[in-house]
Amino acid sequence: MTEQDAGGHEESGRSDDAPPVVPTGAGRSAGGDGPRDRGSVLITNAVPYGEGDPVDVLTVNGVIAEIGPVGSVRASGEATDVLDAAGGVLLPGFVDLHTHLREPGREDAETVRSGATAAALGGYTAVFAMANTDPVADNALVTEHVWRAGRQVGLVDVHPVGAVTVGLEGAKLAELGTMAGSAAAVRVFSDDGHCVDDPLIMRRALEYSTALDAVIAQHAEEPRLTAGAQAHEGERAARLGLAGWPSSAEESIVARDCILAAHAGARLHVCHVSTEGTADVLRWGKPRHPSGPAAISAEVTPHHLLLTDERLTGYDPVNKVNPPLRTSSDAAALADALAEGVIDCVATDHAPHAVQDKDAEWAAARPGMLGLQTALSVVVRTMLRPGLLDWRGVARVMSERPAEIARLPDQGRPIEVGEPANLAIVDQDAEWTVRGAELASIASNTPYEGMRLPAKVRATVLRGRVTARDTATSPTEG
Amino acid sequence: MRHLLGTDGLDPAVATQVLDSAETMKQTLLGREVRKLPTLRGRTVITVFYENSTRTRVSFELAGKWMSADVVNVSAGGSSVGKGESLRDTALTLSAAGADCVVLRHPSSGSAHRLASWLDGTGTAVINAGDGMHEHPTQALLDAATLRERLGDIAGRRVAIVGDVLHSRVARSNVHLLAALGAEVVVVAPPTLLPAGIDSWPVTVSHSIDAELPAVDAVMMLRVQAERMHGAFFPSAREYSVGFGLTEARAALLAEHAVVLHPGPMMRGMEIAAPVADAPSSAIAEQVRNGVHVRMAILYHLLAAGAEEGQQ
Repeated sequence: MTEQDAGGHEESGRSDDAPPVVPTGAGRSAGGDGPRDRGSVLITNAVPYGEGDPVDVLTVNGVIAEIGPVGSVRASGEATDVLDAAGGVLLPGFVDLHTHLREPGREDAETVRSGATAAALGGYTAVFAMANTDPVADNALVTEHVWRAGRQVGLVDVHPVGAVTVGLEGAKLAELGTMAGSAAAVRVFSDDGHCVDDPLIMRRALEYSTALDAVIAQHAEEPRLTAGAQAHEGERAARLGLAGWPSSAEESIVARDCILAAHAGARLHVCHVSTEGTADVLRWGKPRHPSGPAAISAEVTPHHLLLTDERLTGYDPVNKVNPPLRTSSDAAALADALAEGVIDCVATDHAPHAVQDKDAEWAAARPGMLGLQTALSVVVRTMLRPGLLDWRGVARVMSERPAEIARLPDQGRPIEVGEPANLAIVDQDAEWTVRGAELASIASNTPYEGMRLPAKVRATVLRGRVTARDTATSPTEG
Repeated sequence: MRHLLGTDGLDPAVATQVLDSAETMKQTLLGREVRKLPTLRGRTVITVFYENSTRTRVSFELAGKWMSADVVNVSAGGSSVGKGESLRDTALTLSAAGADCVVLRHPSSGSAHRLASWLDGTGTAVINAGDGMHEHPTQALLDAATLRERLGDIAGRRVAIVGDVLHSRVARSNVHLLAALGAEVVVVAPPTLLPAGIDSWPVTVSHSIDAELPAVDAVMMLRVQAERMHGAFFPSAREYSVGFGLTEARAALLAEHAVVLHPGPMMRGMEIAAPVADAPSSAIAEQVRNGVHVRMAILYHLLAAGAEEGQQ
């Protein structure tokens, strides 16, 4: 989603005044109202990217001011907040390209506030809120509402994703330019939950988006191949009598969209890649884009890295998600593709659902799972521990690449003096047991209930302000 | 046995006990003027049908009544289900009202499993009377009872299951049970009506009914739903009938002792020719008759014998 330029630090001309189409510059200031005294934070005994000796890091007014050996950095000023990292790993704050915050419309499952709280506790400093709210975020009114609600909470930069088509119906383009030019400065558009399946609409959306420097994030699912689908089409679903969601329904759309994006010279982002074959299609398609492979990006969810359709036995809909959990061979291929960079980043597809929408018979239950507070742990378990990624790699897939894809100038930055202080501190040795009831989301539909997971976010810093510390968050006025 | 949710994983010894009990029930009732046993007096069986059904619902009702249980029938149309009540709330309501056993027919696969988990600890038993495309275990048991009666034994017999295996809960339940009881199963269907991963099932797969019929001891014809044509599963009813229907000419390929089964409802002229359905080799009416005895046996094992035997 979004855009260029420095977020937190104020620009003068906001794009509100710009003509609705082709907003070029200013945009979404990610969070603050402008430079103001944010005080200072002294982070002690932290290991940036898990490499080398621990250091102390001082942030002043939202910017990293000093990095030096432990004990060498002196807190300046009176109002210094001290964070003892206790030897933990220091990473750039995470950026999630794919969340569902359910506001407006389903505030019984999640709100911008509860979702932002979960995000901060999960190490995130920016999240993108999908457009499938009620009403749909297919106009500037809704995107600005979400944007403002996020700023009010102040725990994480909340960037609304705009719908590609009116009402997510796939028939008529939504006013992408107006949303891009709104205060929310929308730069990521998606009908997520639905596929933009009409090739003409998809082509036009891609072409049109090039003038906005936006990216179209596609939920790749050929609907004619998934009518009534309930589970990954394969042995498990056949045995359980669940209508199959074939891998080919995803792969055929991704192949088509790679070709359309190259033709349009547009940027394409593939949401929640779930199959081995899609990784192969991306391997084929990325290098063929005229602007280079980075113009086609892709995300994988933590649950598709860790969980498989084996869990469907027993029919507990906590395991129901779209795209569905697939096979262990898919999960392994996705982990390899993420390590290789064919899949650029991890996105949670955090999808809270009220109890009555989950505790039902399988077909009646809504698809989706919580993800914000468990993402890092799942990445550590599936990628870091097996040696597929080091902490640098984790920073790349959780923060740097998603920030680049969404054109966020002040997120996913190096941990260096002069850079914005958007940071996460991770206790890499922690082990914890997931309890849905203890998570910050209003809903509690985590598929990891009772599971022991490694690593825990100890603190999150957003532009020099501590937003989360252990299990508590510090909201601020907007 | 606390619930009967499927035949997948059902202990063949338990299945055999049920079949033996069904036979006993049948012998006991045979020739009685008053078909009533006192076995389940004071017990309450509630059937809940979210899909239309004639034989299964009637069969359960008779099974309960012939054993003196109080049987209450709930159908989705005339209940709170029509007002949007969730399956979970309906289940808890029925259990709270005093059901000893809930018999559930539901279009969603796995609904009987969910029901059993919601009723965990209440002591209410659940019988799956057909859940989506998943299982229909009482049908498989009554088919096995019929085959045993006609063929003497099931182990070593070869059974063809012909038709829409993909969407059929009857096929799934029969595959598991017949394999567990030692039969060889061959499924015959066009490729579009076979599920993904069928290679992992304990069956052989064929696309030619003519090639299979001479070697089988029984052939089970599955109903083909006309609405399947919208999904392009096959080109036309005519082509399906020509390719996979049990015509008179095809029936002549069967061995003399071979049995023809159909779970009903039949589409005469589609998957089975009328004269074949009515021929002596057809056991279709016996299937219905045995259905009552098998369901009596199941109710007995769940509600009356559970304490002593404590299987599963």
